[in-house]
Amino acid sequence: MADSTELYRCVRLIRRFEERAIAMVRSGVIPGGIHPYIGQEAIAAGVCGALRSDDIITSTHRGHGHVLAKGADPIRMLAELAGRETGLNRGRGGSMHAADVGVGIYGANAIVGAAAAIATGAAWWQRRAGNDRVAVTFFGDGAVNQGVLLEALNLASLWHAPVLFICENNGFATTMRVNESTAGSITGRAEAFGIPAETVDGMDPEVVLAAASAAVDRARAGDGPTFLECLTYRFDAHHTWEHVARPRYRTADEVAAGTVRDPVEIQGERVPEPVRAEIDAEIEALLDEAERFTADSPEPDPAGALDYLYADGLRGRAGVS
Amino acid sequence: MPNMSFLRGLNRALGDEMERDPAVCVFGEDIGVAVSNVTIGLLKRFGPERVVDMPISEQGFTSVATGAAMAGARPVIEFQIPSLLYLVFEQIANQAHKFSLMTGGQLKVPVTYLLPSSGSRTGWAGQHSDHPYSLFAHVGIKTVVPATPTDAYGLMITAIRDDDPVIVFAPAGAVAQREDVDYDTLGPVPLGVGRLHRQGTDVTVVAVGHLVHDAIAVADELADTISVEVFDPRSLYPFDWDGLAASLERTGRLVVIDDSNRTCGIGGEILATAAEEMRLTAPPKRVTRPDGAVLPFARSLDLAVQPSRAQLRTAIEAVVKN
Ligand SMILES: Cc1ncc(C[n+]2csc(CCOP(=O)(O)OP(=O)(O)O)c2C)c(N)n1
Repeated sequence: MADSTELYRCVRLIRRFEERAIAMVRSGVIPGGIHPYIGQEAIAAGVCGALRSDDIITSTHRGHGHVLAKGADPIRMLAELAGRETGLNRGRGGSMHAADVGVGIYGANAIVGAAAAIATGAAWWQRRAGNDRVAVTFFGDGAVNQGVLLEALNLASLWHAPVLFICENNGFATTMRVNESTAGSITGRAEAFGIPAETVDGMDPEVVLAAASAAVDRARAGDGPTFLECLTYRFDAHHTWEHVARPRYRTADEVAAGTVRDPVEIQGERVPEPVRAEIDAEIEALLDEAERFTADSPEPDPAGALDYLYADGLRGRAGVS
Repeated sequence: MPNMSFLRGLNRALGDEMERDPAVCVFGEDIGVAVSNVTIGLLKRFGPERVVDMPISEQGFTSVATGAAMAGARPVIEFQIPSLLYLVFEQIANQAHKFSLMTGGQLKVPVTYLLPSSGSRTGWAGQHSDHPYSLFAHVGIKTVVPATPTDAYGLMITAIRDDDPVIVFAPAGAVAQREDVDYDTLGPVPLGVGRLHRQGTDVTVVAVGHLVHDAIAVADELADTISVEVFDPRSLYPFDWDGLAASLERTGRLVVIDDSNRTCGIGGEILATAAEEMRLTAPPKRVTRPDGAVLPFARSLDLAVQPSRAQLRTAIEAVVKN
């Protein structure tokens, strides 16, 4: 289980990675844009801090934090965001699909709610195979109205699958407020299927870690799934496109109130200043290297555009030629 | 020699693969008691851990299979109704199919989707009679449509062993087929290799699934006047383009009979590819369901929408006249 210093390193790494990635979107190095995780770092750090490296996670369109916290190499992660051959997914996945199977990351998923059933299946099979690996699925408050997620809750509970459902309630699905989208309560959805559910402070990494650790213990002991609703706030845009489109859906006052508690600050205060300074410097150096590595990395050869389409190597016929 | 039915071929393939590989498991509704007959005896042989009766939760368990496959399982899903594929199109086309490429080859999803009775089942009407194989071939999901019990066995084995998602459509019109087989000679049938059911010199008929049997019957009827070659692609994606080209080298004329809707159906793809790349001495024709067809309930109406032997015969005669 992660200690205070490791939690700080994790939230700080995610924060600075995101800030640099946003700059790289603006400068055109990262195509397409990203969904910044800034403000929500405590959840990824706390949950992944409770996991082993062979545990499994599935993630969302807002997935950088989960992927980094689970242990993917930040250097190859940044190269992936820039679509380079050296990236985690060889430039085939990008921001919304980053995966690193070697450390249990079965991929970010760009369809809201879709990954919960995938994590449930992975957890179910691990248990069947006699392993004590657990699976975690992260999703937003918008996903709790998706049918497939509710189906996954039912199956996970029926089968006592070792899976954690982590809802990051940041109050919004793009621009829609949670109280306008969601009848009943979020935890009530899990409770209806007999899954223990809890609402926790998603701004404090140690609070999340404690709750996630208890859930992981339950899952490993064969007691089945747990649902955690983590209350959080998205400090930045839904997507970097927002700076261009400028949709109006929250006021400056509201944002100011939402960002008063900052997970990086909260955790930083628990780490002695010199240690903190050292970690900050290490992270900057690492991210400098990641940017250099990305800049030096080749783009994939267009001739390989359909490489990996089939696991068995089958190739489709040419479309344009 | 034992007389094997089409469904028994599928059943035997499942049993053999479950025996061979402990990672193979079956998901589906009412499969414990084997309402479709495909899973007969498997629950008793392999237990509920491997023959998993599912609640009516297709989207959930289709992606559960994806996750389990990523973690090392080789699930087979039995769907009771072909149009349930529309319900899980996202889970198959947008999830399972895409992980291999999106992850740069890190993940594979070896799931088999089995439709043990696809197409018109007579009297099952609008929502139970679709035959949506063209949709999946269009997406590029490995799609097989066996016509005979031995091919059902062999293609099912191959589908289960394949490292990618594969859909197996068992046409309702073929499941009554029986064949005398020597069990010792049954074996896997590779994807992308067609089968010539009958040789001929005047025209090639490409027939999909149960329509292979109609094509053979029509070829027999016409035998005195027209020499018809009957080519069964067996898998629609990948497709045996080389096998088709070789046949057209002999005949130069082409008719396709395909039980899917006309626009963007596999029949159109076969005609287009033959026109682009192969030897044709006359304009080709296709016999299909009508555009956008929904199968009507009444027997006469249901039959009016399905491709018929009479239509095939007319098409062959027209193509040969050219
Ligand atoms: C099924 C689906 N519908 C719509 C979208 C478009 N979309 C992408 S993110 C998003 C909002 C998701 O909100 P939430 O689940 O609360 O996650 P958050 O963005 O707040 O992290 C939407 C509507 C999508 N990707 N998938």
